[in-house]
Amino acid sequence: MEIGESAEPGDSGRTDEHWFFACYKEEVPEDGGVCIKYGDCQIALFYFARRNEWYATQNECPHRKQMALSRGLIGSAGDEPKVACPFHKNTFSLKSGINLNGNEQSLEVYPVRLDENKVYIKIK
Amino acid sequence: MKIVIVGNGMVGFKCCEKLTGRAPGRFQITVFGEETRPAYDRVHLSDYFSGKEEASLYLAPAEWYAGQGIQLHLGDPVCQINRQSKTVDSFKGKSVPYDLLILATGSAPFVPVIEGIEKKGVYLYRNLEDLDLIESRAAKSQKGAVIGGGLLGLEAAKALLDLGLREVSVIEYASRLMPRQLDEMGSQILMEKLKTLGLNILLGKNTVALEGDPGIRQLLFSDGTGLDTDLLVISAGIRPRDELAQMAGLETGTRGGIVVDENMQTSDPFIYAVGECALHKGMIYGLVAPGYDMAEAACCHILDQPKPFAGYDMSTRLKLIGVDVASFGDPFANGSQADVITIHHGPEGVYKRINISKDGKNLLGGILIGDASQYNLLVQTVRNKVILPAQPEDLILGDRGNAVSGGLGSLPDEALICSCESISKKSICDAVRFEKCENVESIKRCTKAGTGCGGCVPILKDLMTETLKAEGKYIRNRICEHFEYSRQELFDLVKLYQIKTCNEVLSRFGSQDGCEICKPVIASILASLWNEMPLRSGNGTAQDSNDRFLANIQKGGSYSVVPRIPGGEITPDKLVAIGLTAKKYNLYTKITGGQRIDLFGAHLHDLPLIWEDLIAAGFESGHAYGKALRTVKSCVGSTWCRFGLHDSVSFAIRIEERYRGLRAPHKIKSAVSGCIRECAEAQSKDFGLIATEKGWNLYVCGNGGSKPQHALLLATDLDEQTCIRYIDRFLMFYIQTADPLTRTATWLNKMEGGIDYLRNVVIRDSLGLAAQWEQEMDQHVASYQCEWKVAIETPEIRKRFTHFVNAPGEKDPTLDFEPMREQKKAREWK
Ligand code: SRM
Ligand SMILES: Cc1cc2nc3c(=O)[nH]c(=O)nc-3n(C[C@H](O)[C@H](O)[C@H](O)COP(=O)(O)OP(=O)(O)OC[C@H]3O[C@@H](n4cnc5c(N)ncnc54)[C@H](O)[C@@H]3O)c2cc1C
Ligand code: SF4
Ligand code: FES
Repeated sequence: MEIGESAEPGDSGRTDEHWFFACYKEEVPEDGGVCIKYGDCQIALFYFARRNEWYATQNECPHRKQMALSRGLIGSAGDEPKVACPFHKNTFSLKSGINLNGNEQSLEVYPVRLDENKVYIKIK
Repeated sequence: MKIVIVGNGMVGFKCCEKLTGRAPGRFQITVFGEETRPAYDRVHLSDYFSGKEEASLYLAPAEWYAGQGIQLHLGDPVCQINRQSKTVDSFKGKSVPYDLLILATGSAPFVPVIEGIEKKGVYLYRNLEDLDLIESRAAKSQKGAVIGGGLLGLEAAKALLDLGLREVSVIEYASRLMPRQLDEMGSQILMEKLKTLGLNILLGKNTVALEGDPGIRQLLFSDGTGLDTDLLVISAGIRPRDELAQMAGLETGTRGGIVVDENMQTSDPFIYAVGECALHKGMIYGLVAPGYDMAEAACCHILDQPKPFAGYDMSTRLKLIGVDVASFGDPFANGSQADVITIHHGPEGVYKRINISKDGKNLLGGILIGDASQYNLLVQTVRNKVILPAQPEDLILGDRGNAVSGGLGSLPDEALICSCESISKKSICDAVRFEKCENVESIKRCTKAGTGCGGCVPILKDLMTETLKAEGKYIRNRICEHFEYSRQELFDLVKLYQIKTCNEVLSRFGSQDGCEICKPVIASILASLWNEMPLRSGNGTAQDSNDRFLANIQKGGSYSVVPRIPGGEITPDKLVAIGLTAKKYNLYTKITGGQRIDLFGAHLHDLPLIWEDLIAAGFESGHAYGKALRTVKSCVGSTWCRFGLHDSVSFAIRIEERYRGLRAPHKIKSAVSGCIRECAEAQSKDFGLIATEKGWNLYVCGNGGSKPQHALLLATDLDEQTCIRYIDRFLMFYIQTADPLTRTATWLNKMEGGIDYLRNVVIRDSLGLAAQWEQEMDQHVASYQCEWKVAIETPEIRKRFTHFVNAPGEKDPTLDFEPMREQKKAREWK
């Protein structure tokens, strides 16, 4: 299962973007998120089991700069999958990162790929 | 996928409609019908005699099938099923393959063995052809007879009268009419009625031979007597048409019928059977409503959303103009099962019977003759187990001037109002509210309710008027875009269907995938109902972040830890233990406004470690993170205070320990004061107690917060046990009926009737739910466990307390504190 553009094996060789192994599938709770450490970077990874979809966004909420999105509730607005920040309930599209209920900055979003039970995230 | 449906009767048609409606284009459907006409309304067959156009009986015109992409072969019965090759062969030589086969072959009238039964002038009463034949013979006849004094027989007899026969007799083998629906008394009164219509009724007669040549002229009975007639209709029961199934080796009942399970699957999982041909748990249902329910069960199963058929009762109402007869639920319950109330008004020909459960709470069934206007309401009362009013006889007295208590309003939303089309009360009210249906016709068009037997039309009207009346004030309080329900409605549904997971609630009653508003509501409902540790039941990610990590998230992303300190009483050792833990994990400590100690600034990763220490020192979770009982504050009371009347600390502790962990629509707080000086501020709590000379005064629905409100006195001078019982009821009532995030004060403010109503419910048990609520609360108490203890002892839960899933040992490096007054504080927002 894969979101975003397709992953060619050659991708990982490129310097400006590549796939990295984030964690095992079973480490991510169904319909919830976890935080992935990638160098100094924190990425929120979500397993939307109801839709059988995977998403990754930055973990920091642009509103008060809190490292908390991975602990937020996920759901949908219309058909759009979204996450709500646990602090003040700002909501962001998991697909595009756009703030759905206000004028906050958009989130960075990352493609996710599943290989057997390994989860990969593509980073720029 | 290819689906073949055998039989184009009422239930077979329903399957077509459901499958094409729910999944347009997904199935390739072929229908074989033995009759030459497309499916028609058999229930209203008799209307054909009174001049109803044949075409207006059709459930859909022939073009409809084509428009839906359905291949319809009429006048061409299926004569063989080949299970191996999965094909069916038709009489006219077609062979059609199927992936799934639905048998909807209905039933045929049962024809008793009687000498001469093959004579001319003897008819069945099942389809339009039968009616054509009867009509043409009737034109040349004077006298008619019907064998069978059941529902159909009486209908046929009345039809013969209407066709102009001078003398019509009904012959019944049993000692009373409608033996499956009526008791002795009911049957007698019905007989009187029918006689005034001109029917001649013969009971206890066994027909042994038919005489006449070539056509029938006379019936002979076993007692040697006879009856002259020119025309005879047989209506002695039905026999399911299982012949195809038998030939194909499917399991059938010893007395006929294709055996099906609750999904309507036969012994061959690729073959379903629905309607009058299906034998479910030993029952053949000769009524259309259960047939439609079966169609629903089968189609849902085919669509992979099983909705098992749960059986049905045999409630029916006779459709004879001028004779109001109905029977519902279990009409015969009596003796050790039920108390029976009857009303009998001889001169007016009214007889009513209701059977009430021994505890007086539920209606089990009954019989209505002469006046069946309450029929629909009573059927609903039985089906939905509506709690009866204190004077259940009001249900059948009805028109004493005062409104029937336990009327429409008491019906739950899911109450089936139109059983033919399976339309709920909610659908009807919604059509009125949201689709602007302001007359019965538009409700019919919009919902299909009332288009079957039409019996529900009066109740449709009432519902419409009530809804319109309420409309002026009506506020739509659905939970969020994903639910059409209020929290209370959803609570009732989840309870009724015993649903245990958030995802199932979403899939069954909601739309899309839920959100940050409805998911915590669902999680709270599940927690209130099933008392399960929220993180263990697979609903962890439906919890608000605080509930998910069993701690309150603070500025900066750290957490606070609040151990329970019941009544605010704490030993020096425990104070020391808290101090040591706080030092060990570098936590900020503060005495809260709730008489306990909060430890702030904990790393997510440290939470289980901190709790391990606290639990070892005898603490447990304080649920500061949950919509649950927070604190029961106390004043020191009679153990020390010179004014104290009772031991307020002990009582506060008892209460806190009883309700700890109880999940609710919002947090719940309490306090107990030892005298009227009120040092514990009990009158600002959701429920509060103040000691009096004789006991305790119980106050409810107070609130601090931004709109403070004083609590109101609910009851005075109670002993402790009674206090607890009233609080049990009060809390359960609140939990079941309040909107999300509504404190008790606001809940009461919105309640019609206010504190008086609440007092009636809690103290006088006006809803009859007190015992159930107390029992539910006892269950809660018995199943209580410290959530933190469960969390630290369950490895799968414990491992979630980590900031980085791929670096479990590391803390969030961005978390930062600043020093202040020898402790720390969270860093300012950026
Ligand atoms: C810690 C504490 C303040 C303190 O340092 O004393 C506190 C802290 C918070 N209160 Fe409170 N309240 C605290 C006692 C109170 C009291 C006093 C009391 O309980 O006697 C009140 C007024 C009484 C009442 O509730 O009626 C109180 C009325 C509120 C309200 C307003 C509720 C309302 O009905 O309007 C909120 C907001 C809400 O719940 O929506 C709130 C919400 C909060 C929240 C949860 C705000 C939030 O969303 O983050 C605070 C976080 C607590 C945490 O992280 O642990 N807190 N809060 C007190 C904890 C008590 C405890 O031991 O559990
Ligand atoms: C006069 C009358 C009054 C009634 N009044 C009421 C009432 O008031 N309330 C109520 O609830 N119910 C009433 N009923 C009963 C109700 O009509 C039936 O319960 C309902 O029609 C059952 O639907 P069904 O699809 O199972 O069977 P049917 O409607 O009988 O349809 C079965 C169809 O399958 C066809 N078929 C059989 N075998 C084959 C084959 N091998 N190949 C192709 N086609 C085949 C039959 O010809 C028939 O057309 C009444 C019935 C009658 C006759
Ligand atoms: S009063 Fe406001 S600031 Fe103080 S604890 Fe309560 S919610 Fe927080
Ligand atoms: S920090 Fe995320 S909404 Fe305020």
